[in-house]
Amino acid sequence: MALEITEAHPLGKAIKRKEDARFVRGQGRYLDDIKLPDMLYLALVRSPYAHARITHIDTSRAQALPGVHLVLTGEDLAKMNLAWMPTLAGDQQMVLATGKVLFQYQEVAAVVADSRALAEDGAQLVDVAYEPLPAVVDPFWALSPEAPVLREDREEASNRIFHWEVGDSRGTDRALADASTVVTERIRMPRVHPAPLEPCGCIADYNAARGHLTWYVTSQAPHAHRTVLAMVAGLPEHKIHVISPDIGGGFGNKVPVFPGYVAAIVASISLHRPVKWIEARTENLTSTNFARDYHMEVALGADRDGRVTALRVSTVADHGAFDAAADPTKFPAGLFSIVTGSYDFPVAYAAVDGVYTNKAPGGVAYRCSFRVTEASFLIERAMNTLALRLNMDPAELRQRNFIPPERFPYQSPLGWTYDSGDYAATLQKALDIVDYPALRREQAERRARGELMGIGLSTFTEIVGAGPSSTFDILGIKMFDSCEIRVHPTGKVIARLGTRHQGQGHETTFAQVIAEELGLTADDVLIEEGDTDTAPYGLGTYASRSTPLAGGAAALAARRVRDKAKKIAAHLLEVDDAEVEWDGQHFVAMGAPDRSVPMAAVALAAYTNLPHGMEPGLEATYYYDPPNLTFPNGAYVAVVDIDKGTGAVTVRRFVAVDDCGTVINPMVVDGQIHGGLTEGFAIAFMQEIPFDEDGNCLAPNFMDYLVPTAVETPHWETGRTVTPSPHHPIGAKGVGESPNVGSPAAFANAVIDALSPLGVTNIDIPLFPWKVWEVLRQHGVAE
Amino acid sequence: MFPNAFDYAAPTSLEEAVDLLGRYGDEAKLMAGGQSLLPMMKLRLAAPAWLVDINRVPELAGRTETDDALFLGALTRHAAIEWDRDLDADYPLLGETAALIADPLVRNRGTVAGSLAHADPAADWAACLLALGASVTARGPRGNRLITVEDLLVDALTTTLAPDEIITGVTVPRPTGRVAAKSLKLERKVGDFAIVGVSLQVEVGIDGDVTRVGIGLAAVGSTALRAREAETVLLGRRLGRETIREAAALAASAADPVSDRRGSAAYKRDIVRVFVERGLTAVQARLAEGQALGA
Amino acid sequence: MRIRVTVNGRPRSADVEPRTLLAYLLRDEFNLTGTHVGCDTTSCGACTVLWDGVPVKSCTVLAGQVDGAAVTTVEGLEHDGQLHPLQQGFWDHHGLQCGFCTPGMLMTTHAVLQRRPHPTEAEIRHAISGNLCRCTGYQNIVTAVQQAAARLSARDTVQEVKV
Repeated sequence: MALEITEAHPLGKAIKRKEDARFVRGQGRYLDDIKLPDMLYLALVRSPYAHARITHIDTSRAQALPGVHLVLTGEDLAKMNLAWMPTLAGDQQMVLATGKVLFQYQEVAAVVADSRALAEDGAQLVDVAYEPLPAVVDPFWALSPEAPVLREDREEASNRIFHWEVGDSRGTDRALADASTVVTERIRMPRVHPAPLEPCGCIADYNAARGHLTWYVTSQAPHAHRTVLAMVAGLPEHKIHVISPDIGGGFGNKVPVFPGYVAAIVASISLHRPVKWIEARTENLTSTNFARDYHMEVALGADRDGRVTALRVSTVADHGAFDAAADPTKFPAGLFSIVTGSYDFPVAYAAVDGVYTNKAPGGVAYRCSFRVTEASFLIERAMNTLALRLNMDPAELRQRNFIPPERFPYQSPLGWTYDSGDYAATLQKALDIVDYPALRREQAERRARGELMGIGLSTFTEIVGAGPSSTFDILGIKMFDSCEIRVHPTGKVIARLGTRHQGQGHETTFAQVIAEELGLTADDVLIEEGDTDTAPYGLGTYASRSTPLAGGAAALAARRVRDKAKKIAAHLLEVDDAEVEWDGQHFVAMGAPDRSVPMAAVALAAYTNLPHGMEPGLEATYYYDPPNLTFPNGAYVAVVDIDKGTGAVTVRRFVAVDDCGTVINPMVVDGQIHGGLTEGFAIAFMQEIPFDEDGNCLAPNFMDYLVPTAVETPHWETGRTVTPSPHHPIGAKGVGESPNVGSPAAFANAVIDALSPLGVTNIDIPLFPWKVWEVLRQHGVAE
Repeated sequence: MFPNAFDYAAPTSLEEAVDLLGRYGDEAKLMAGGQSLLPMMKLRLAAPAWLVDINRVPELAGRTETDDALFLGALTRHAAIEWDRDLDADYPLLGETAALIADPLVRNRGTVAGSLAHADPAADWAACLLALGASVTARGPRGNRLITVEDLLVDALTTTLAPDEIITGVTVPRPTGRVAAKSLKLERKVGDFAIVGVSLQVEVGIDGDVTRVGIGLAAVGSTALRAREAETVLLGRRLGRETIREAAALAASAADPVSDRRGSAAYKRDIVRVFVERGLTAVQARLAEGQALGA
Repeated sequence: MRIRVTVNGRPRSADVEPRTLLAYLLRDEFNLTGTHVGCDTTSCGACTVLWDGVPVKSCTVLAGQVDGAAVTTVEGLEHDGQLHPLQQGFWDHHGLQCGFCTPGMLMTTHAVLQRRPHPTEAEIRHAISGNLCRCTGYQNIVTAVQQAAARLSARDTVQEVKV
């Protein structure tokens, strides 16, 4: 059971979350809980076709419906130069379709009415005539010369969005040619969706008299959204107030700007009334930003001793109709170049081709620091295949190839400088917890009886905390983050950050960081995020960047406060600045331990009794530009049993040992691990968004896009090693995404391990029972 | 998402309900638990002008037992059966099946009769009640009529009920000998429709020979199916490894599944075989256990 | 149509369209926004409330259906400034993260403990399988419910002793 929030020296302790006081009472204030006077509701008309020319739109029936105030089409928006909007990936996306639609469920018109039900009624009455066109569903076909070019707005007559490559292509080829063993595999990571339980939405409230827009929005990055909005809508940025209220989960879904947002803003500006748009679950799953959809090919070389010598990866990335990924500008394939993982590859090369298809736009970083999940899945699956080929235990293969602790900071062949890690120790801890040798013995016994039991490993390295200004920006804005701290006269603190939590516990964990630095309790520190009028500019919460960035900013801002406080303390203690020491809770006169003042007394003095000439007040702001990214890592072990009659897989055990550096709150860290493992489990076993040959989405709601319940979800066992980041102000690395990044490969490797005696090296996820059964049947081992 | 506008009627007698259905015909939709209908209305896949809510009709509530049968009123919720241990002795398949339907919250509202009337081929009750040889009583303007579940189910989402008929309840015959049952459902997750469902119940005489058996299959045809040949091969015989295998193979050939995202037709057919085999094996064990306890 | 319903022990009434769902009656008419809506296919359970003591998905019940009935929402769990042991359990054991599924989870588990005062882990997992959580992986929810069960039975024991 967790500790109270009044605990002294809170850093590293399992303290109860402050935000839960409202959440357990149902007093959270989520977007749809906000009701403004005279508010109207917006509903979108969506395309039934994946690819079609719009020949006519008749809005007259909708406009005639009592209670309908406005109907918007792409033509209307074109007159305001708003038919298209920029994406965070530097592409552009239609707000409301003009000319043609490019994916099923694309936004075609917007209807604003007195109630949500009436808006939906109105949307049903908008008559759109379509002329269907052949849909491009297969990204490989999209790249062929015969495929129709989907994007008529672009100069390039091609469906290729980008070609990106990194590493030494020739050197990698040479090393592969020289390798004694080369394994190849096609690894598919299907299209999935972050699907937070609260869908996306906004309320646009434009005040014409003040020329001012208040925009309530489910935003993981409220400042970035304000800037984008200023650029798109031409509103002056100081007259846009973005408020991101409590968020019911984000997982990357709430980073981009969506057409519904722009439509609501235009409607509010047109009608001078607040306009709310909340997407239905179907709209969420079909239009607002999928993730993954990577088709990867890998060649991995090794020498006779099982030491890896080269890695070559080529990938086709299906981005859908618009490249609406939210990657940093210089990284169209995100941080996919972490693909060499935890292993010491002398040489490597990776290439990614981004492709347009007639599917929903996106490529968001779903609980992932931009394509790191894809990279991690690829290398961890490939290492499994190599172990099978070499007939070597996968744990032994990994131990043989880990980057050793003494090589940190480690320069990876694809350009990253890993900060720290002790991969062998982390893996060993996981193996000890599961008693790996005993499991292998049990497996041998079961195999002898014809039973299918598998043990899967994943020893991943992540890259998070984007990022240093030398390399990282989104739309030109450097990816720093920020914290402003104000200490009030009574020693209580308000701290505001540029991030926006969605369940991660910032109101507690950042309070712990600041309280630790200032000798207070978490109870003394109020954390506020998500209001652009009050918080300092920051890039937001995604890509596990909050602790690496804003956490660093919080510690450093607190140290700035402490620096000033020390001078005030010296004044109170009547000694020189240099003769004051900080003991973690008090300022103490050197050599006179009985003479000390706590932070609260100093805070009061900052407003009442200052040294001569000192500026009053006790505040500090820090914009933290990190020197490097951080590299959390972990070792996961999955143990599965396969039902030979149905192909169903049961996860019997799952042990996750994570190393995220310094731990701020172990309870919160474990919670993040549990949640991310559950998402990884879903991705491995049941989640995908497939399309038929006409581009119809086949998983448009929770009946077909499967979210695991408590029954399917395994019991998680967690462990930890702590290798602090040497460059982070408190040594923390970020953890929210590790389990989602690392676990899918562990599950898949376990299933493959169970089937490996049959010669199976790969089955594409999700591992539905039927897929496993087909393999069993082919090999004549089905019940 | 919100339903299209409709007019709402909550009759308080069966007569009134039948009358409303007669008056509004195709424009009206009957609602019992609403756990299938309301989601369809929210997605605007169904848009009745009139919604006739029968939850306030007292005649449709409750259940009665006679020497020969159990009568479940049309408003009997899945959960009412799931949690009723009194039914286990004579009607073990009912509780087995109820616990597998949808999820616990849906089970608090959804009704047995509503599920039958909706006639989803993947629904759990239809397969169960086919196996039990159950019938429904339908009340229309011309009075009551008894329809076997087998005759009720015509096609996917299609029954032989007239638009102005209401199912007032389900009659399940009481077993005469010792009985054991098993319901198996393969689903992708809780709350999913069955990939394949098998409901089976076996009665044996004093000598241990099978006197009566029902095997119902879900999600492997345009309606729930009854594996007649598999049942026949078991009658008059003892459950044993060979008879069970024989029956399982026959049940698989009775299945007529289609390939879809839940698996290929071949897969589903084979799951029927596996589940019938496992189900009958479990039943065999339960019967043996029951006998041991009895002795 | 006019709806009269007792919500958290208090009589309330509202005029609504027949198509109004119970979830929106509570949220829009009575400003009880603790009841959340997370899907449109009766899948997620974020909207779970007690209808005459029985947990139901309020997005799949019409407002008209509860006319004359009693409804309890998450706002009705706290008594005399004291959190319900379930609320305390969720807080003590990190049984929530974003908080969006929490009200539904609390209402479902409230009913579970009425039926089974000492549920096993498997029983809890089955009982909450109509409520989706995207954050916690359910494990801490199970622990929270077990703590609440222990506290409730201890409380009952104390009360019995007093009697």
